[in-house]
Amino acid sequence: MHLMQPIQITDLHKSFGPVDVLNGVDLTFHPAETTAIVGPNGAGKTTLIKCILGLTHPDRGDIDVLGQSIDQGVTYRDQIGYMPQHAHFPENLSGRQMMSMIRALRAASDDGDTDIDHSLIRTLQLEADLDKPFRVLSGGTRQKISALLAFMVRPAILILDEPTAGLDPVSSAALKDHIMERRDEGASVVLTSHVLADLEELADRVVFLLDGRIRFDGALDDLRSMTGEHRLERAIATLLEGEAA
Amino acid sequence: MKSSSSTLRIIQFQFQDALSSRWLLVHTLIYLLIAEGLLMSSGFTDKALVSLVNVVLLLVPLVALLFGVIHQYTNRDYTIWMLTQPLKRPNLFSGLYLGLTVPMVLSFSVGITLPFLWHGGLAAGQAVQLITLLGLGAALTFSGVGVAASLAIRFADRVRGIGLALVIWLVYALLFDGLILMGISVFGNWPIEKALIGAMLLNPIDLSRLILLQTFDAAAMLGYTGAVFSRFFGSGMGMIIASVTLLLWVAFPVWLASRLFRKQDF
Repeated sequence: MHLMQPIQITDLHKSFGPVDVLNGVDLTFHPAETTAIVGPNGAGKTTLIKCILGLTHPDRGDIDVLGQSIDQGVTYRDQIGYMPQHAHFPENLSGRQMMSMIRALRAASDDGDTDIDHSLIRTLQLEADLDKPFRVLSGGTRQKISALLAFMVRPAILILDEPTAGLDPVSSAALKDHIMERRDEGASVVLTSHVLADLEELADRVVFLLDGRIRFDGALDDLRSMTGEHRLERAIATLLEGEAA
Repeated sequence: MKSSSSTLRIIQFQFQDALSSRWLLVHTLIYLLIAEGLLMSSGFTDKALVSLVNVVLLLVPLVALLFGVIHQYTNRDYTIWMLTQPLKRPNLFSGLYLGLTVPMVLSFSVGITLPFLWHGGLAAGQAVQLITLLGLGAALTFSGVGVAASLAIRFADRVRGIGLALVIWLVYALLFDGLILMGISVFGNWPIEKALIGAMLLNPIDLSRLILLQTFDAAAMLGYTGAVFSRFFGSGMGMIIASVTLLLWVAFPVWLASRLFRKQDF
């Protein structure tokens, strides 16, 4: 079963010019686990995610998604739901048209909304906004539709980049509940966030990146006991100070 | 899902977006007003048609370059999101490229053709001119958006991308002719006809204008160089060389943009 992990990354390297953004990253994401990738700006979090999504081509190393190398074609992305930090969709299309596009691109049947879609739309309170063009929607609503599009195909892997940024507290809580639900159903969730309270609530595991290397990889509780700090923010600060010393 | 059908699906959604957008309507109206203005004041005289050709051949590349590059910077986040879907990059590129250029070409064609028809252009026997103008407008749009796409992919900084698009337009629309004229005045006593024709092939806007003017009996109005080009482009071989060169002007930027898109780290 080792080979069939949702995501397995081996010795990943990527540099932009003289800067080594990823410098030998080995990392496995497991089913039914939420992993938070943390680290200061420029640590390589975004580049790591972009490599998994196929947006950025690594210089060296392998990425396998569900046992298949991502170099072998694009079908692996059928299994990935991605929520970007900045969601932007064509101004004159509606959320429902984007749902229809997702189904078309993933060769799913387009017979209207499934039960799962309905429950997601209800949870995120999108009923009233789904048929409006994106140009009249607020940033928060666009973000919720972006979540809907990532979750609706029930992918085995969810990659969420700052998922709660710009959401009101009610929507944010609903989204977090849904993320946990998916995790419990077996999805592998990869998460970045600057809202540390969210990470404390959601993450089973923390991967700390610094200068393109993994400096800590373990359960949130391990990080707490290792650093002697209860709050995640303090614990990360302690890690950073340790690096500097 | 088959590759070609995913390209078609992307085009379909791009069309839906374009058809309900304001820019496309404005784009159509601009050409409608230009064509209507010129035809209303002078009718189907050679003078009015040559003016129309000159305006269109300057405006189409400007719109293709500038609007093309701005459109792509505006939609960059959406493009990145699309790249995370199970789509091959060449299919996504074709879908986004055709989804932008085809509505532009159609809207331009409608804007020019309507005034042409209601002023009785077909009766006046100007159908060849109209079809040539529409074909060249399409070629310049495909070429210009190809250049714009290359710029927008290559340069993450939108100020630089938009600036370069403007510079490219200025060079081809204005500076190039100035340099040619300078060349003629300096080397006027030398046999430079072949060199001049070669230089004209390097500029898709001049090339389009020369092809078009062959459909009018207006080449005489262009003076010395006009006569040189008329002799060259009026011949069958000249027309073939000109058309093939123009096709290269479409193929190369599109090929370059597609290649950059395939290799780019987003």
